Amino acid sequence: MLKAEHLMVRYGERTVLEDISLEVNPGEWHVIVGPNGAGKSTLAGVLGKTVPYEGTVRLEGKDIREIPAQEYARKVGVLSQNHSAVYGFTVEEVVGLGRYARNTGFLHRSDPDGAEKTDEALALTGLAEMRKRNMLTLSGGERQRVFLAQVFCQDPEILILDEPANHLDLPFQQELFTLIRAWLKTPGRAVITVMHDLSPARKYGSHALLLDRGKRAAQGEVSEVLTPKTLQVVYGMDVYGWMREMLTQWK
Amino acid sequence: MKNSPRKEGRLSPGSAALWTGLMLATFVACVSLGSVNIPLRDVWNAVFGGEVSRETYRSIIWWTRLPRVLCAGLMGAALSLCGAAMQGLLRNPLADGSTLGVSSGAALGAALSIVLGISVPGLESAGPAAMAMIFAFGSLLMILALAWGIDRSFATHNIILIGVVFTMLVSALLSILITFSGEKLRSITYWTMGSLSGKSYEQAAVLLGGMILFGLPLFLQSRELNAFAVGEENAVHIGVPVRRVKLTVMICASALIGICVSIGGSIAFVGLIVPHMVRLAAGPNHRRLLPLSAFAGTVFLMLADLAARSILSPLELPIGVVTSLIGAVVFIVIFYRSRKGGIR
Repeated sequence: MLKAEHLMVRYGERTVLEDISLEVNPGEWHVIVGPNGAGKSTLAGVLGKTVPYEGTVRLEGKDIREIPAQEYARKVGVLSQNHSAVYGFTVEEVVGLGRYARNTGFLHRSDPDGAEKTDEALALTGLAEMRKRNMLTLSGGERQRVFLAQVFCQDPEILILDEPANHLDLPFQQELFTLIRAWLKTPGRAVITVMHDLSPARKYGSHALLLDRGKRAAQGEVSEVLTPKTLQVVYGMDVYGWMREMLTQWK
Repeated sequence: MKNSPRKEGRLSPGSAALWTGLMLATFVACVSLGSVNIPLRDVWNAVFGGEVSRETYRSIIWWTRLPRVLCAGLMGAALSLCGAAMQGLLRNPLADGSTLGVSSGAALGAALSIVLGISVPGLESAGPAAMAMIFAFGSLLMILALAWGIDRSFATHNIILIGVVFTMLVSALLSILITFSGEKLRSITYWTMGSLSGKSYEQAAVLLGGMILFGLPLFLQSRELNAFAVGEENAVHIGVPVRRVKLTVMICASALIGICVSIGGSIAFVGLIVPHMVRLAAGPNHRRLLPLSAFAGTVFLMLADLAARSILSPLELPIGVVTSLIGAVVFIVIFYRSRKGGIR
């Protein structure tokens, strides 16, 4: 479905990603984890076509550099971490923009389902009641939900989500991951999420890529990658012990 | 039945009709009023071939007022449209059509023509306009080349920075020219602050042609501008071909600004303030914002021109002074009231 090979990203002299490969197949949920500065968001940026890179990324066998923007957006939906608002669009205006790639042609009338899909995405993310709210009046978490709704409204086959649970309260985090898991059940779909929280990564992911300072530290099925031993090497601390200690606070 | 977001974003027929009516009423008022006030009946008769109470009215209307008011309206529409488009594209409320520095470049061209006495053979008075146009396009090419050299994606922060630095450089050159301009200072001042005195039908036709050639493509970018206004990275993710859109908007806005400056000089504030006022009233959706800005800009500049030629009649103020004075006061009032009532 999506195959990245030997990816390399450099900012001047600094190498941010080095020789990273990734193959995503239908039904899989890949989690990209690692400490701060490991290159997780850069990798999401490469796959989202916003970060220049060396190497190749192919979608269904075709180099993504050769796929027109609209065609790519119909297949791949990306949620980034930057959601600052300058102008006061309404929630439904921003969510409705997710239909851009499906609304082609001179008069943009090729998307008869646009309004319905927008309503669905708003309902799915619990924003139906807030559809007329001004973006400038929303909290960070509400804004995050708006852009999540936009990605769902886009109706892609692959979701690339960079820290999707950022700013979200616990009930909505739980709801979100359950939602993505249900979304993934439709055949032909796949998910890639960048996560710094290792517990949901372990619970929901099927495959993991553990990055350390731009390099691959471990890659494979989640149960093989996210182990106390590999995490200790990459994070330089007893991650498992820390999590257990935190848990004891609730006894 | 629920309205789709797509339909809700558009300018409603009622609103379009209201603005068209307001625009026509302002047009008639501006043709009628001025240093000589002409009764509306005479305006009607002069335009439609009837009897007028004084024969001079006919020539004032046909050869002075009509082309001038037409130029004012078209320039107002063009400047506001460009301002709205650039504010959306660059996601910067302080941007306008002249952010790239094209406007300053055009003014420098006109000033050079005045100081050095450069003219078009056979059309002596067209020298400043021709030089303004040449310098506008030269400036645009230079700015785009610089932006391309730095970053082939035409990053918005680079474009803004290059535009600001270019404007400062050109302003310095203009100051040097003014220092050596002697008795030509007055002409240069009118170019740098704008004037619609003595405009012709030919110039109105050039403006109309510019609106069709470069304004229409801007109107067609409203969905893309919405995406840019929400965020450029987000625009990439939803499938907007960002580089093509950036180039289209920048070239069209700059070309239109170049045409405006070559005809009426640099008229400040219109492209900055009118889209702001419209956004405060109607929201940031470019499907409404672009046409409403064009309508409001038309009305605003026709009225500003009327004020420029009436307030100190028979003296005439540079129109840029009037737009800045009126624009600043009106904007502060609207901004203050809207901030108290809600955010746009």
